[in-house]
Amino acid sequence: MLTFRGGVHPRESKEATEHKPVEVLPLPARVFIPLSQHTGAPSSPVIKKGDPVKTGTLIGEPAGRISAATHASVSGTVADVADLPHPLTGRRGPTVIVDSDGTDTPDGAIKERDYSRFTNEQIVEALRLSGVVGLGGAAFPTYFKLAPPKEKPIDTLLINGCECEPFLTADHRLMLEQPAEIVEGVAIMSRLLGVKNVLIAIEDNKPDAVKTMSSAAASSGFKARKLKTRYPQGAEKQLIKACVRREVPSGGLPMDVGCVVQNVGTALAVRDALRFNRPLYERVTTVTGPAVKEPKNLRVRVGTPVKNLIEFCGGYSAEVGKLIMGGPMMGIAVSTDEVPVLKGTSGVLVLDRAATVFKEHDCIRCGRCIEACPMGLAPQCLNNLIRRGKLEQARAEHLKDCIECGCCAYACPAKIRLVHHFKYAKSELAAMERKQ
Amino acid sequence: MSENEKAKAEAKVKTQISISAHSSSTPTSASTSTSLFVVAASPHVRSRATVNRIMWLVVIALLPALGGSVYFFGLKSLLLVALCVVSAMLSDALAQKAFGRKMTPLDGSAVITGLLLAYNLPPGVPLWMPVVGAAFATVVVKQFFGGLGHNFVNPALAARAFMMVSWPTQMTSLWVAPRGNPLSGLDAVTGATPLALVRRASEVAPAGMDPAELLRQANSLPLLKDLFFGNVGGCLGETSAMLLLIGALFLIAIRVVDWRIPAAFIGTVIVLALVLPGSQLRPWFHVFSGGTILGAFFMATDYVTVPITTRGRVIFGIGCGIITMLIRLYGGYPEGCSYSILLMNVATPLIDRLTRPRLFGALPRARKAA
Repeated sequence: MLTFRGGVHPRESKEATEHKPVEVLPLPARVFIPLSQHTGAPSSPVIKKGDPVKTGTLIGEPAGRISAATHASVSGTVADVADLPHPLTGRRGPTVIVDSDGTDTPDGAIKERDYSRFTNEQIVEALRLSGVVGLGGAAFPTYFKLAPPKEKPIDTLLINGCECEPFLTADHRLMLEQPAEIVEGVAIMSRLLGVKNVLIAIEDNKPDAVKTMSSAAASSGFKARKLKTRYPQGAEKQLIKACVRREVPSGGLPMDVGCVVQNVGTALAVRDALRFNRPLYERVTTVTGPAVKEPKNLRVRVGTPVKNLIEFCGGYSAEVGKLIMGGPMMGIAVSTDEVPVLKGTSGVLVLDRAATVFKEHDCIRCGRCIEACPMGLAPQCLNNLIRRGKLEQARAEHLKDCIECGCCAYACPAKIRLVHHFKYAKSELAAMERKQ
Repeated sequence: MSENEKAKAEAKVKTQISISAHSSSTPTSASTSTSLFVVAASPHVRSRATVNRIMWLVVIALLPALGGSVYFFGLKSLLLVALCVVSAMLSDALAQKAFGRKMTPLDGSAVITGLLLAYNLPPGVPLWMPVVGAAFATVVVKQFFGGLGHNFVNPALAARAFMMVSWPTQMTSLWVAPRGNPLSGLDAVTGATPLALVRRASEVAPAGMDPAELLRQANSLPLLKDLFFGNVGGCLGETSAMLLLIGALFLIAIRVVDWRIPAAFIGTVIVLALVLPGSQLRPWFHVFSGGTILGAFFMATDYVTVPITTRGRVIFGIGCGIITMLIRLYGGYPEGCSYSILLMNVATPLIDRLTRPRLFGALPRARKAA
C-alpha cells in the first residue's frame, strides 16, 4: 500500500460523523469576515460601513502577488470594518462585519456560464477573483499554485482526499455526496496545468469514498489511489512521496518535483467558481469531539461565529477544555467560541477538560519522536538545542523543515511540548532574520 | 518602565478591550460561557504511552526472572532483590529532595535500577552490599547527573562496576549452587559460573588441550538445557535465559524494546564465537551463559543510555557484542557483558552524532556535508 516513512496512527475517531450527510447551517444573523484568511497578503477592503452587500459580493480585493479575494457570505449591510484580533493568530487586522437581512440574495454576477472556451489566463484570473484557497487547512491561494512558472514543468496533479486528521470527515462526505462535481473541478485544474497524470489519493479507511471517486473519475481518466491510513498522509510532501515516490527537496515546493497538490474541497470550490462564477463564501466543516452533544458535518458561511455551529449541534455536552479550529493534530486552539469560521476551517473540534492536561516529564531518549518524524528530523535533539537557546544551531539541524504535523509530540511518552517549542523557535528565528 | 514595555502593555490592554468588543457585538445566545477555553499548541491529542507506563511495563517484564532466582537460589535472593529495590527507591527520592527536584518514587525507574542491580549480584553477597550498591546507582550515577533521562551510563551497571572494584572478592566468589544441580568436578564447592569454569579450565588445561574438552571430561560443562532454564551458577537474575526471554519478548511485542539492539548484540556474539581464534566453545554457550541475555535485552536497551536512532542502536548492539567477546576470550575477566554495555554507553553521544536520521528531501550535496 502507498505510504511514506514515519508518521503515527492516532485513534481515528471519525465514527461520530462519517455517516452523517452534510447539513446546511441556518443563516447567521451576523458574520465576521477577516480579510486575512489565507497565506499571503490580506485582501484590501473595497466596501465601507453602511454599504449594502449581497451574498458573494466582493468585499476585499487581492492585494499582492500572493493574496486572495474575500466576499460577503450573506446579504445585508456592512455593520463595520473593524480592527479585530485574528481568530487564529491573534494579530489585529481588518474584519468586515455584515448584518444579514435574512434574504440571502445572491450577487448578480453569480450565474451559470460556459467556461469551456476560457483561456488559461482567464481561468487563473477567475480563481483569483473568486477567492478560492486551499480548503485542507493551510488556505494557500489556489490560483497561485495552479500557475507555476514555466521553468517548473508539472506532470502530476494530486487530489488530496486523505483527510488524515482524526475526527474530521468533511472531505469524506464531499467525496460521497458530490463526486461528479469534484471531478469537474479536477478536470478544470488538470486542463489548466496540462497534466495527464491525475491521482485522487484517499486513505484506506474510506473505502466507500474510493469507490465513489473511482467511478466518478473513470470517464475522465483520473485514477483514485488507496493510501495507507497513517498520519500525516495528507501532508503535501508526504502525499507526493507516497503517490509518486518523489521527495520535495528541503526548502522546496511540490512544483520542484513536477507536482501540484489540491484538496478535494478545493476542487469543488474551483468548479463552483468557474461554472457558476460563485466565489468561495461557504464551506463544509465537521463539528465534532467528545464535548459536542450531536456531532455533524455542516455547510456553513464563512464568518459564522463558531458558537452558532455548536448550538446547531445541540450545544456542549461537557465542560469545554479546548475548542480547536481544525483537527486535533494541527488545529489551533482558540479561547472562545465567538470566533468565526474561516475558509480554512476544516473542522471545529471540542475536547473536554480531562483531555487537555498532559503532565510533562524529562526526556528519556526513547527515540519515538525520531521514528515518528515524517521529515527525518531529530525532534529530541532540536528540542534540547532550543531549550538551551541555541536557535542558530537548531536552524542548522533543519528546524525549518519541520512541518509542525505533531507526530513527535503525539508519540512522546514524556508529553514534551515539542511542536510548541518548534513554533516558538521558528518565530524567533524569523524575527532575527527580519532584523538583519 | 521602558517605552517598549509601555507600548507592549498598551497593546495588550487594547487587545483585551477589542476581544470584549468582539464578543459584545455578537448576537447574544443561550450559551453564556464565562470562562475562556484552554489555549495550547498542537497536537491536542497524545498517545497513551507515558514514561511511568513504560517503566512499569519493564518492571513487569523483569518479574519472571525474579521468580527464577527465588526458585534456583532460595528465598535469600528475594530478600536481596527487595533490599536493592527499596534502597534504590528511597535513595532516589531522598536525592531528589536534597537536590530540590520533584520526588518521583513511583515512576518505576528506581525499581528497574534496583531489580537490574540485584540481578547482577552473586546470590551469596552480604545483605548490606546491595543497599550500598543501589544507593550508589541512583544517587551518584543517576541523580548527580540530573535524574532520570540525564545519566550517561546505566545506573545498575555502573553500580555493579563500582562494587566489583570495591569488593572484588565478594562480587566474584560468593556463588551459590542452583537448586537441583550441585556442580561437580572442578568447582563443586561454590558453584562457580559457567564462564568462570571455562576460564579456570583454560588455565589448568595442558597445552594443546581444549579447555572445553577438559570440562567435558570432568563432567563439568553445563548442558544447553541447564543454561537455558537457568539451572547453573551465576548472578541472581541472569541465569535463566528462558525467564528473561519471556519478559523480553513481551516488551518487544508491545514495542517498548527495539528488537534490533538485542538482535545486533547477540548476532555479533554468535558470529565472533564462530570466527575468533581461541573460542573453543559453541556459540550457544556464549549466548546463554553469563549476562548476555539479561544485558542484551534489558540493559543494552535502556533508552536513556543508548543511541536514539535505529541505526545508532544497531551500531551500539554490535559494539556490545564485540567488546563482550573480546573480554571473554582475551580479557582478564571471565565475563564481559556489563563492561561492554558501559563502554558503549560512553560512546553513545558520538554514535548519536554520527547517525542522524536522513532528512526528507535532503539534497545529495547536503547529505554528504552532514
